[in-house]
Order: sequence, then C-alpha cells, then structure tokens
Amino acid sequence: MTELQAGQGAQPLAPPRIDARPQRYRDVLIALVAFVLLALLPFIFGSKQLLDFVIRCAAYGLFATSLNLLVGYTGLISFGHGMFFGLGAYGFGLMMQKAGVAIPVAFVATLAMTFVVAVVIGAICVRLKEIYFAFVTLAFQMLIHSTILSWQSLTGGDQGLRGGIPRPPFLGIDLSNHLHLYIASCALLVIGLFLMRQIAQSPFGYTLRMIRDNATRASFIGIDVWRAKLTIFVLAALFAATGGMIMALFVSGAYPEFAYWTISGEGIFINMLGGVTTFLGPMVGTVLLLILNDTVTRLTEYHGIVLGIVILFFAIGLRKGLMDFVVEWFAQRRGEGRG
Amino acid sequence: MLEIRGLSKSFGGVKATDNVSLDFPDGSLTAVIGPNGAGKSTFFNLITGALRPDSGQILLNGVDMAGKTPPEIVRHGIGRAFQVASIFPSLTVEETMLAAVCADQRRAGVMHRRFPLAETRDRAEHAMELLGLASKRNRTAATLSHGDQKLLDIALALVLEPKVLLLDEPTAGMGTEERWRMIDKVRELWEKQKITVVFIEHDMDIVFKIAPQIVVLCYGRILATGTPDAIRSNEAVIEAYLGSDDHAGAVA
Repeated sequence: MTELQAGQGAQPLAPPRIDARPQRYRDVLIALVAFVLLALLPFIFGSKQLLDFVIRCAAYGLFATSLNLLVGYTGLISFGHGMFFGLGAYGFGLMMQKAGVAIPVAFVATLAMTFVVAVVIGAICVRLKEIYFAFVTLAFQMLIHSTILSWQSLTGGDQGLRGGIPRPPFLGIDLSNHLHLYIASCALLVIGLFLMRQIAQSPFGYTLRMIRDNATRASFIGIDVWRAKLTIFVLAALFAATGGMIMALFVSGAYPEFAYWTISGEGIFINMLGGVTTFLGPMVGTVLLLILNDTVTRLTEYHGIVLGIVILFFAIGLRKGLMDFVVEWFAQRRGEGRG
Repeated sequence: MLEIRGLSKSFGGVKATDNVSLDFPDGSLTAVIGPNGAGKSTFFNLITGALRPDSGQILLNGVDMAGKTPPEIVRHGIGRAFQVASIFPSLTVEETMLAAVCADQRRAGVMHRRFPLAETRDRAEHAMELLGLASKRNRTAATLSHGDQKLLDIALALVLEPKVLLLDEPTAGMGTEERWRMIDKVRELWEKQKITVVFIEHDMDIVFKIAPQIVVLCYGRILATGTPDAIRSNEAVIEAYLGSDDHAGAVA
C-alpha cells in the first residue's frame, strides 16, 4: 500500500500518539516501589495484625483482580470463579500434606492441576451466553464444593484439611516464619498484579475488550472469540488459584468455605465496590471489603445487613465502584480546568 | 475473483436464497438491490459465514468459503461492514483500528508485548486517513456521530486489507446529503484501493449513478443482472420492483 500524502499537513494538530514502551517501564517501576513499600511495612509497624491483613489482601486481591479480567475486560460474568480459589487452596494443601514435596513443586503442580480443570470447565462454559455462563459456572462451583464435602477420606469433608500444612524451608525461605510468609505473599501479589496488568494492556487485552463490546464484530475481523475467552478463563483461574494458595499457607489448612459459592459472590462484591473500569479497582475493593468485614463483625453480629447496605449504596447510589467514581471525578475536573 | 455457485438457504419453508450464481470479477463495483425481504442481507450473511449455506459454493480465487467460520472467511480476504454500524463502543477510533490490524496480523493473542505494536501503526493510520477519521482518533466510538460510526465500521473492514469488501447498506439511516457524501466515499475507496466492492443500497438514484454493475434480487432469486441501462429497461425488474409505486419516482 502506498503512503497517503493527504492529511500530512494536519499532523502537528494531532494529539501525541500513545506509546507502548514508557507505559511498561512505568508499571515495572510502580511494581518495584509497591513491593519495597510493602516489604518495609513490618519494620515500620511491628503489628502482626497489620501484616495478617496484608496477607489476606494479597490472597483476595489476586482472586478479585483475576475475576475482573473476566468481568470487566471480557464481559464474562462468572459466578463460579471461587472454585479456582478453593482448588488452589486444596490442591496446594493436599500436595504438601500427602506428597510432602517442596513448596515450589507443590505451587507449580497446583497451577498445572488448575490449568487442566480450567481448560475442561472453560471449554464447556465460554460457549454459553451471559446468564447461562453465569449459571453454569455457578453449577461447577457447587459441584466442586460438594465433591470436597463428600470425599472425606481425601479432603476431610466439612472439617477441612486439618493438622496444618507442612512448610519446609526452601532456598532460605521459611514460610512457617511469619515475616517470610508476609514477604512471599507480597511478592506473589505484586508479581501477579504486574502479570495481569501486562495481559490487560497487551494486544490480547484489547482483543478481550473488543469481545466485551461486540463479540460478533470481533469475529468478523478474524478473532477466534471462543479461543480468546477460553484463554482468559484459564489464565484468570491460575491467578485465582495463586490467591487460594496464599490463603492455604496463611491459615495452614483449607476449608470447604474456600470453594463455596459465597467466595465467588464476594469476588463480585469486591469488583462492585472497587469498580471494574480501572485495573486497580478490584484491589481497592478488596481492601475496602476486608476493612469493612473486620470492623463491622467486631461491632455487630448483623454484619451481613451492614455489608448489604454498603453494596446497595455503591450499586444504586453511585452506580459504579469507588475507583470508577474517583477516575471520573478527576477526568471531569481536568476537563473543566481545560475549558 | 469471487464466484457464487448455486447458493441456497432456506428458513423453514422460506427460500431466502434460492440457487444464486454470480461472478464478481476482481476490482468490480456491484450494487445489490431488491425489495424488502428479497434476501439481500441473507446473501451477505452466507458469503461472510454468519449463516451456513444449505448448498452451493462460494469461491474466492478458487477456494470454497462455504461452511467456514466468519474469522476464517475474513482471513481469506472477505471483509464486511454492517447495516447498523457494528463497532466497539468503548474503544477509541485509534484503538479500534490498531486492534483490528493486530487481529489481521495474527497478533490478537500477543500477551508479552504492549498495545499498540509499532508494526501495526502505519496501516491503522492509513485506514483512518482514508476514511477521514484521523482527526477523531481519540474519540471513543460511542461518542461519534451516526455517519462517523458507519465510516468507522467500514474502516474496520478496510483496515484488514480485504480482497472483497461487502457493504450492507452503507447509507442506511442517513439524510440525503449525508448519503451522497457516503456513497462518494465508497466510490473513492473502490477507485483507490482497487478491490472488489459489493454493496446493498435502497436508493435507486444512487445505485444507477455509481454502480457499473447491478444485481437485482427478488424472493431469494436473481431477477436480473447487468449495467444500469440494462436494469432500467428490464421488464421483469420494472414489473417486480421499479414499477411499484414506491420507486416510480426514483426511476423517473
């Protein structure tokens, strides 16, 4: 194709082009700074509670952000994403308890198992349209939950995996040491978020946005919609399983609640709280939900009602998550300033 | 060269496309006309894989497209735009073009690099300039005017560098003046890009003015094919379509 001469005169008027490379360096920098800050936290505040809080944020944050890759970026509303959180926790716990392998081996093996399960379940689910996708993912969640409950000899049934998960040291890292566990959780969180950010800002991430906006049109520009949906379904499952593994390490066990549908519900809740239009929305939502959970349960036994009211406020009052609201507010202010 | 051979499709008992055979030589510009329900859109949907033909062949340079999926057919070089602009509302014009080029370059699945890719830019830029959308590159598609959305839809098809471009009513929903501007654009694209263009159009003035070749469909069958003059004087066409009160003015 020949270069078009027309329109060259208008070039200086055009806004600067988006450039990919500085954005990526910026994200690497943000990730490093975030990790250093998190790593310094224990030396500034000695509070064990605070570190516990951050570890839980890491587990749920990875889970919720991976759910947003489905909900916010691809338009796949999964009500069963929690099954991979549960699978991660149980897979890892069982691997450590029964096979007695090194932690990195169990980590990779759990991811491999999650991968296989997610491919099978995803292959069935991503063909389905909106509400059916939601229902069938929920059904698989219940299937996995009841399997865990009824397979007592392996999973301990409703008692969960008890007796603690052995955490033998590896490469000088001892995850039975609270500080080591904290640093490892932060590292996993930052790496996980960075990788997901990378996916979201890659050409594949834009393929997902196109599918969300108009899947039919996407197929008419040559995109294999089913394959792209399955890919992100499986990737999101891997990050959710990582969250589950952090949780298993944290509580040194795994419980059926980790695989119950309420976990998926909380994931959706977090996304509504934080907002799905910004990458960090779910992370903000996670922190909000955990703070709410911790404070409200301390104040009243009816914490369900309080949380319900809060979600209603976001859903009906703001009609968007907190980060969506903040970003829009800044955009508006900037717009006014220019005008 | 796009050759349609004995293409048929029925919905229940209704034959929406009935044994249609047509040739679209390379670089031709053809208008498809016909009354409502003549099977024009079905014809396009069959060629692009949105519908699976019951029988018949769709040969693009000798390769049969019948039974292939829309992504496969697009990759073989048949692009289309839609009657109702089919775009990605939340993406900007520039993002839309870049993402479409990525898809065409089989880079829609690339995760290890950042969007946009440098190697996709020139083509996206070129398509935006061709359609006059370059100055609106940072607007999200949802905020564009109706006409610009139609142009963006066409740009989406064109940026893939198709061999054959199918335009389903490029002027649908436009005012008279806007229609002419759009149709001039279509003709300009056809002349510049030297690709095969097939478009559906209701407005007879437009069809007779710009299309060197016309296909008339009626009840899923080909009623007539030929030059504007031949169609204008074809008795079957006059009786079935042009002679009706609706279009009497248009022909006169």
